[in-house]
Amino acid sequence: MDKRDTFRHNVLTSGHRACSGCGEAMAARMVTDLIGPDAIYINATGCLQVFTTHNQQSAWQAPWIHSVFANAAAVASGVEAALRAKGKDTPVVVQAGDGGTFDIGLQCLSGMIERGHDVLFVCYDNEAYMNTGVQRSSSTPHAVRTTTSPPGRLSQGKHHLKKDVISIIAAHHMPYAATATIAYFPDLKAKVEKAMRIQGPRFLQILSPCPLGWAHDSALSVTVSRLAVETGLFPLVELEHGELIGVMRLAEQKPVEEYLRPQGRFKHLFGTKTGAVELRHLQALADARIRRYGLLDADTQWDTARAMQSARHGRGGYASSMPASEEVKNDA
Amino acid sequence: MKKLLEGSQAVAEAVSLCRPQVVAAYPITPQTHIIERLAQQVANGELEAEFINAESEFGAASIVLGAVAAGARAFTATASQGLLLMTEVLYNIAGLRLPVVMVCANRAVGAPINIFSDHQDSMALRDSGWIQLYVESNQEAADSMIQAYRIAEACELPVMVCMDGFFLTHTFEPVDLPIQAAVDDFLPPFHFARALDPSRPMTLGGASEADNYQEYRSAQQAAMEDAQPVIEAFDAEFDDQFGRAHGGLLQAYRLDEAQTVLLGMGSLMGAVRDVVDKLRDQGQAVGALRLRCFRPFPAQALAQYLSGAQRIIVLEKAISIGAGGIVAAELRAALHQAGIMTPVESVIGGLGGRDLTPEVIEAVFQETTQDEAGATFRFAPDHVTPDEPVREDCS
Repeated sequence: MDKRDTFRHNVLTSGHRACSGCGEAMAARMVTDLIGPDAIYINATGCLQVFTTHNQQSAWQAPWIHSVFANAAAVASGVEAALRAKGKDTPVVVQAGDGGTFDIGLQCLSGMIERGHDVLFVCYDNEAYMNTGVQRSSSTPHAVRTTTSPPGRLSQGKHHLKKDVISIIAAHHMPYAATATIAYFPDLKAKVEKAMRIQGPRFLQILSPCPLGWAHDSALSVTVSRLAVETGLFPLVELEHGELIGVMRLAEQKPVEEYLRPQGRFKHLFGTKTGAVELRHLQALADARIRRYGLLDADTQWDTARAMQSARHGRGGYASSMPASEEVKNDA
Repeated sequence: MKKLLEGSQAVAEAVSLCRPQVVAAYPITPQTHIIERLAQQVANGELEAEFINAESEFGAASIVLGAVAAGARAFTATASQGLLLMTEVLYNIAGLRLPVVMVCANRAVGAPINIFSDHQDSMALRDSGWIQLYVESNQEAADSMIQAYRIAEACELPVMVCMDGFFLTHTFEPVDLPIQAAVDDFLPPFHFARALDPSRPMTLGGASEADNYQEYRSAQQAAMEDAQPVIEAFDAEFDDQFGRAHGGLLQAYRLDEAQTVLLGMGSLMGAVRDVVDKLRDQGQAVGALRLRCFRPFPAQALAQYLSGAQRIIVLEKAISIGAGGIVAAELRAALHQAGIMTPVESVIGGLGGRDLTPEVIEAVFQETTQDEAGATFRFAPDHVTPDEPVREDCS
C-alpha cells in the first residue's frame, strides 16, 4: 500500500472524545484505516466504544456494533456465520481492550478461536480498566499502581504478574497471533496487512499507552510504548499455529528504569528499599522475556530483510525465522 | 401430515421450516433435544444453516445477536441456568430491537439445582423487553415457532417461546407439521433494514445519556403494546392458512356463565380443562383462561374476559420470592385499573417439576380461603391421590 494511502479511509473520524495522547485512539485509527470501511467492526465495552459513540454521535464510517462487555468475540462469530450463510466475505474485526480480552471476554474469545471463525480480534492493551477509572486487570503488570492495586504499607502495587495472553491465544493453534505497539508503525502495518491476508481466527495485541492511567506526559505515549519494547518488557512477536515465527530483535537492551521513570504508575517504586526490590523483580522479568524470545540473539539463520527495514528508523531490528523467499511472497 | 413427535423434535422441525441461517446453542437439559435435532438436520444437509456450538449460553445468545444484526434469521434455545446466564445479552438484544427468536424449555432455577419444569427461569426475564408466549402443547409449540418469526420480524422485537421442560420437550404427541411451501407463504424471507452492511454503514449499540435513554425504553414499551394486535392477527392468519389457532393472547375455556375462573400458563392447562369439565358436570359454574402471551401483558383483554367472574384463581409455576405470585399480582393491577374489584386468589404450585395433577387442581378450585388472614398467596396442596381426602392444611 502506498504510504499516502494509509489514512485515506478515515474509518475512525476526528471529533471523538479520546483524551489527548490516547494510545488506543492512535492504534484504532491505524488498524481501522489499514483495514478500511469495507468491513464490519464489533466493539467490546470500553474506552474506544465510549469515546467514539458518545450519546447518539458516532465517529465510525464503517458498520459498527457494540453489544456488551464480555461478548464481542461471540457477536463477531454470529456476524461471520451470517455472512458465510449469505455467501459474503466481508471482513469481520473485533476491537476490545485488555479487560474485554484478558478477563471478561476471554471465554468468548477462546470459543471464537476454537471454532475457527474468520475474524480478526484486536486487543488494545492499556494494562488496566481505564474506562472505569484505572482499576487493575489481569493485564496490569507487576507492581503497577492502580486504584484497586494501590501501594500502601503492605503493598507495592499489583502483586501478581501480567497474564501472558499471547501464549494462551497461540495455544489454540490458530493461524496467526502477534503483538505490536503504536511506536512501530511499519511493524504494526505489516502485521495488520498480514492478518488480513490470512483466513480464520487472527489475534493482534497492541500495547496502547494510556496517559491518564499510566500517569505519563500525554506527549510521550509513543516514546513510552517504544521503551516497553526496548527494555524487553513487551516483546514484539509473531506466532503461526502456535509456533513462534518471528520477533523484533533489540539492537541493545535498555534498563527497565528508563521505561518506568516517566510513568507515575511506577513512581512508588523509586526511593524506597522495598521499591528497589520490585525494580529488580521487573528487570528480571524483562531479562526473562528477552531470553525466552531470543531478543538479543545474533542468530544468523534469521532473515534480516525486515530488520534492515526497521533499522532505517533506528529502532532495533526485526528478525524472522521464515525463509526469505516466503517472506517476499507474503509481502507481495 | 401428522407425525408422532417429541416436543423438542416438533419444535426443531418447525424451526427448520422457518429456514434459519444461523443456529447457535449450548447444551442444557431439558432443551438439548431441540438443538441436537437441528444439528443433525444441518449434518444431513436437510437444513442449510450455520450451526454454531457456543462456548456458553452467554456466547450462544451473543452469536444470534450478531447473526441477526448482520441480517440473518437465527435461532437459539436454552433453559434455567442457561437463560439466566444469557440475561445480560437478552436485555441487549431487546434494547437493540433485534428480532431474535428463541425457545425457553422452562425449568426450575437453582439452588437447589433441579432439572424439572417450572416457570421461574423465563419469569425472571419478564422485564427484559422480550415477547413471551407460553405454549400448552407440542402442536402449539411447533406452530408458535412459525408465528414467532413473523411477529418478531414485523415488530422488530425478540420473541421467546416458553414450553414446559419434560412435560412438552420430552413427551410424544401427534403433531401436524405444515409443508415448506405453506410456511414460506406465511413467513416471507427476512430483510432487516438496520443490518450491518458496508454499503450503508450504521452504528448499532452506541452510548446514550439521560437526555434520550428514556425515549428508547418508551419506544420499546410502545412497540410491545403495538405487538398485541399483531400477535392476534398472525394467529388468526395462521388459522386461515393452516386451520389451527392458539388463542392469540388468551385462550378461554367454558367461560360462559362461569362464576369461578382459573387462570394459568403452559402445559398445566390441559389438566385444568379436564377438571373444569368434571366440575361443570357436577353443576359448578367454573371455567379456565389460559394466558398465552405474558409479554406484552394483555391487561385489557384479561379485564374483559374476567369482568363477570365472581372468583378468580391464578395458578402459576413461579414465585417472586418476598412478594408471591407474579401473574396474580399483574392481574390484580390490571383488574384494579379496569375498575374490577374481584379478589384474585394467588396459588403457586408445580415448582421444580412437582405434578399438578387433576386432583391437585381440583383441590385448588375447592379451597376457598387463603392460609391466613391477609395472605396474598398460598401454595397449591401437595400431591393428592384419589384415595386420600384433600388435606385441609395446605401449607
